[in-house]
Order: sequence, then structure tokens, then C-alpha cells
Amino acid sequence: MRLLTTLMLAAVSTAGVADEFTNADVARWMEQYELVAQQGRALWTSAELGTNGVACAQCHPNAANTHPETYPKFQKQLGRVAPIWEMINWCIRNPLQGQELAADDPRMTALQAYIMKERRGVALEPGKH
Amino acid sequence: MNPNRRSFLTRTGAAAIAGVLPVSMIRLAGASAADDFTFAYISDSHIQHIRGNEFVRNWDRGLIRAVAETNLLEPKPDFVMFGGDLAQLGTRPELDHGMEMLAKLNYKLHAVMGEHDYYLDLGEYWSELFGPQYYSFDHKGVHFIVLNSILTYDDWTFNRWDSAARRMNEMAGLDNPNGSPFMVGDKQRTWLAADLAKVDKSTPIVVFSHSPLQKIYKGWNFWTEDADEIQTLLAPFDKVNVIYGHVHQIQYNQIGNIAFNSVMATAWPWPYPSTYAQSGSHVPVLTVPMNRADPFNERDATGWQLINVHTGRADLEYTLYDNTNRTVAFNSATGRPEDVSFQRPGNRVAPQAHY
Repeated sequence: MRLLTTLMLAAVSTAGVADEFTNADVARWMEQYELVAQQGRALWTSAELGTNGVACAQCHPNAANTHPETYPKFQKQLGRVAPIWEMINWCIRNPLQGQELAADDPRMTALQAYIMKERRGVALEPGKH
Repeated sequence: MNPNRRSFLTRTGAAAIAGVLPVSMIRLAGASAADDFTFAYISDSHIQHIRGNEFVRNWDRGLIRAVAETNLLEPKPDFVMFGGDLAQLGTRPELDHGMEMLAKLNYKLHAVMGEHDYYLDLGEYWSELFGPQYYSFDHKGVHFIVLNSILTYDDWTFNRWDSAARRMNEMAGLDNPNGSPFMVGDKQRTWLAADLAKVDKSTPIVVFSHSPLQKIYKGWNFWTEDADEIQTLLAPFDKVNVIYGHVHQIQYNQIGNIAFNSVMATAWPWPYPSTYAQSGSHVPVLTVPMNRADPFNERDATGWQLINVHTGRADLEYTLYDNTNRTVAFNSATGRPEDVSFQRPGNRVAPQAHY
């Protein structure tokens, strides 16, 4: 009986490990996010996503006028509801004359991390035009 | 209204507003035809070199279209102003290619220095093409002043960067925290004071600068560091108009006797600073914004201007590619520039909402 109780307690405490994290963990995770957002800012302001020297920041300083809080939304030019990464790819293909990125390309993640960071604090309004 | 002017308005699709044009858009009784003149204003073309003889097609098309449409004006404008940022990175290929397109204009050309023209060689090649960077001229009773407003602190210009190309690149990023605030500077302000001393206080004055000679948002250099000092120099005159580029959007404002109007870019539009969620800044409250740009239409939210100053105040007709044209005219009753169609809150349209 005592052995069984010990085993049960051990099982409980093992299950608890997955949900435990410290302030140091939170700080490290935030640091990881900031790092990726910085990579996104670097991509946003560089010519490397395109072929003609044009950078995202030329039309979108501080990622303004990208409205990440409104996606997914009906994009009238596409005729359907679209996520923001499709619009990022549209800009890479057209004004930047570049090759589009896969949805899960780390560079696409970085671009979205940067856009969202510049828009922090704005309430979500999916679908808004 | 004279018949030629009406035909221009009709041709550009602005006929609908002709019925509500304010008094200042119509030739004043007693004013002679000789004093009745317009000029065109083209700005911010950002011609961008790729390699060899390749340039960014999108920006080229904006300038080509502005030049072609300006050449079709009837009655003819007396001259054309180019408002700065002809080039993107100030190189000879960019300035040469831009000049090649501007050379197709059928009119006398004046030009304003932009930061994208300046910070590679500190305006040397631009000056070979366009002449002095600041000067004044008189035309049909109006005193025109051109300023180079995009200078900055000497330490930033001369000591901060290890190469001219690096300096140009740092200043070219609108939102780059390594940039530096624009200014006219002591030398030009001294010249301006002396120039204005010769002008009667009732003579209408038009000042052309690249950056706004008012402080709007420092983070994007919608700003001139010594704007207050320049406004003080201009304050004693009855009718002062400041017309500026740089901002790639419609702005207008009134400070004392000074009316401020911005012009559109031919290259691309910029968001209003109030839409940057971290800035907390605002555009002048008087401004009814341009329509939000449709990114799928590459010429949307770009254009050029026809400007009429024959009452001593500047009325701007915005030719907006693939969009409804706008007219921002000085309203002598309220003493400020106003949009002739959209100024009243009830007249705003959905695309003018920026967020």
C-alpha cells in the first residue's frame, strides 16, 4: 500500500513537470521572439526578398498600413478570405519582383513577428476593411 | 471661369466639382489675364537603379505619366516645379535617368532638393543638373522661394559614416532610427531673412521645400528642425504658402498667415503617421486624408498637382491616378485651405478612413 502511494505520488509529480515554468523560462522565450522579430525587421528593410532593390519598408515604414489585426479577411482583389502571409507574398512577387516564400518558411515567420510587434496593443478585428 | 480651364476640368473628370468651386478658383473681377497663371508640381519619383540600364519599372511609370499628362495641360502652366527625391539613392544613373524623363517636359523646370538626391555626394551632381539649391524668383506679382530643407547636423553628415554610400543608405530609410532630423540651417536662414527684407509685406509668397516647414512626426522626418524659426521669418507677410513634398500623401494646415500644402509622390504613397500604432502622433486636424491605397493597383494613391496662386493663395488640384481627383483650395471666408468636396465631416468617404 505504501509502495503504491509512493508510485502514485511519483506519477503525479512527473505529470506536473510539463506545466511548470519559471520567470527565467518566460524571459528566454520572449528573447527568442524578439530575436525572430529583429530578423523580420532586417528582412523588412533589406532588398534581399526581391530582385529589384525594393524593400518592404519603402512603402510600409514601421510596418504601418499592413493591418495584421484584420486578417484573415476578405481580400477584394483575390475574391476570397486570405491570411496575411498571402498578402506578404503578393508584395514580394509584385513590387519587389521576388520569389514567394512558403507559408512555414522561417523568413515568413520572422516577417509576421515583426509586423505584429509594430502593431502591438491594437485590438484584433478580423475581417475589418 | 474661362472656357479653356473648364475644358481641362472636364477632360480630367473633375467636372462634377466645377459647380462648387470656391471664389478663389475663379478669376477675380478686375484681375488681368496676364496675372492669371498656374504651375504644375511633380514630386518624389524615387527613380531606382537596379543594374546596368535597368530601373524599377513601377517608379519609372509614375514619373513618365506625370510628365505626359502635364504636357497635355490647357491652358499651359507657366512652369513646372519638381519637389525633390528624383533619385532613390542619389547616384548618377538615377539622376540622369530621372532628368532624361523630366527633359520631356514642354515647360521651364524648377527643382527642389530631396534627401534621396543629396546624401551620396552632398548634392554635387544634382546641382550640375538643376543649378542652385536655394534661391528666389518673382513671377507675375508672386515672390517664390526655393529652400534646401533636408540638411542636418554637420556631425551626422561629415563624421558619422565610413562611406558616402552608407550615409545615403542610412538617410534613405524613412523609419531608420540612425537617420537625423532635417533642417534648413543657419546659412540659408540668414539668406532668407535678407531675401525677405526686399519684399513688400503684401506681396504673396510661395515657399518650396522638400520637408514640411512644420513639425508633424519626427520619427519619419515629417519634420524640419528649424521650422519654428522659418515660420517666424514668414509671419509678417500677409499671404504665405508653403508647398512641400517628402510625405507622399495629402496634408494641409494653416498656422497664422501661413498655409501649408503637401504634394503627392509619383512613386508610391506613405501611410499617415497617425496609423503607426507606436507613434501616438497626428496629422494636421484640418487634413482630409487621401484614399487608402489599393496595393493591387500600382499607380493608386500617386499623382501630380496643378497649382493656381493668382489670388495670392495656393489652390491645389490633385490629379490622382486611377482615383477620384481632389481639390484643396484656400477658403478666404474661413482663412484656411479646405477640400472643396470632402471638408465637411458628413462628406467623407469610407476609403479616407486610415487605421
